[in-house]
Amino acid sequence: MSAEGRAPARLEETLELLEGLERAERIEALIGLAGRFREVPERLARRPFPAERRVPACESEAYVWSETRADGSLAFHFAVENPQGISAKALAVLLAEGLAGAPAAQIAELPVEIVERAFGRELSMGKSMGLAAMVQFVRREARLLLAEVAAGR
Amino acid sequence: MGSEQAGQGGSPPAALVSTSWLAERLGDPALRIVESNEDPLVYPSGHVPGAVEIDWTRDLNDPIRRDYLDRPAFEALMRRHGIARETTVVFYGDKNNWWACYAFWVFQLYGHGRARILDGGRLKWQAEGRPLVREVPSYPASDYVAPERDDTRIRAFRGQVLEHVAAGLPLVDVRSPEEYTGERLHMPDYPNEGALRGGHIPGARNVPWARAIDPRTGEFRSAAELEALYREAAGIERGDDVIAYCRIGERSAHTWFVLTHLLGFERVRNYDGSWTEWGNLVGAPVER
Repeated sequence: MSAEGRAPARLEETLELLEGLERAERIEALIGLAGRFREVPERLARRPFPAERRVPACESEAYVWSETRADGSLAFHFAVENPQGISAKALAVLLAEGLAGAPAAQIAELPVEIVERAFGRELSMGKSMGLAAMVQFVRREARLLLAEVAAGR
Repeated sequence: MGSEQAGQGGSPPAALVSTSWLAERLGDPALRIVESNEDPLVYPSGHVPGAVEIDWTRDLNDPIRRDYLDRPAFEALMRRHGIARETTVVFYGDKNNWWACYAFWVFQLYGHGRARILDGGRLKWQAEGRPLVREVPSYPASDYVAPERDDTRIRAFRGQVLEHVAAGLPLVDVRSPEEYTGERLHMPDYPNEGALRGGHIPGARNVPWARAIDPRTGEFRSAAELEALYREAAGIERGDDVIAYCRIGERSAHTWFVLTHLLGFERVRNYDGSWTEWGNLVGAPVER
């Protein structure tokens, strides 16, 4: 994979690990990730979650929030309202943990192919595009931050 | 739906079983419980004890061309899960049994008549606090022999749909109202799967699939409610020659199940090409 197609280091490490697993092992690993899912803290959001935080095209009703940390990096938080949205929860953990401390510029270029790298090629088109929409939402957050910085805000 | 009577032989809804009916029969060797979901992580994260998984993409579709699995592949699938021709298969899954009904429908292409749907699906089973396990069962292989796939009774192809339209026969579009009107090219909260045109097949009436479900329980509505729904919203009656469609045939498999197995319609076909085919078909008539 080319350098520009790579995810931030911590996320890349997990993706490479997942890619190296057999299907059954990868599923177990993803379920393990989903088990670590922690919903957005109440200091950031409470139900009903605002529509502008909802990921479009994600049928698991995923929501994304970002906050800027003292070092200028972004931290991501998620909510997944569909109780059966296990893949969405796994991806949320992958993104929240894997992007922690990563430069916003790199998150802004996060390739949506990470969905296929994490979940394999057996997802339905609808499912994979819904998960890709979560990645795109996260990417958009990073781009907004970069635009704010560039504008001196 | 009052499915307590289900499975006792008799008229529809014989194809429906309740969660309590299934709970009393866990371990019954004459039954095979099959979970079918959209999300591939759901079954491995916990399932009804003894249930096997049949995945709609990996197991039910041809891996290369857009079609269902052929007879040897279906036989291999049945044998692998220890399903015999006389085994009663109980399907359940996520999304209010979308994929369960889809799998049920594919099984009917091979004439596996001993098939049931768990009313309320996975959500109701879970909500009632019934057991879920992670252990994947294995069963001794069966010697299942299937007939050739019959695509004539319950499946419709685009040429047949064109003839159906020309004859002014009823079609039920089970997508969301926004997809039906052409406002959207995909269902709310789902991505666009590549249809170039929006709208519906001329003459189709819109009855979104989810109207057949009681949102409070996840169960199918009563036969009387369903009959009124399809009579009033789609103008169809038992005895009509009906084609149902959606986007790829999964939601319409759900409606096909309702019309055929809960209401006793005898001539309902599922157009599985659905809008991903029709909305891209050069020259196909579209109505908005």
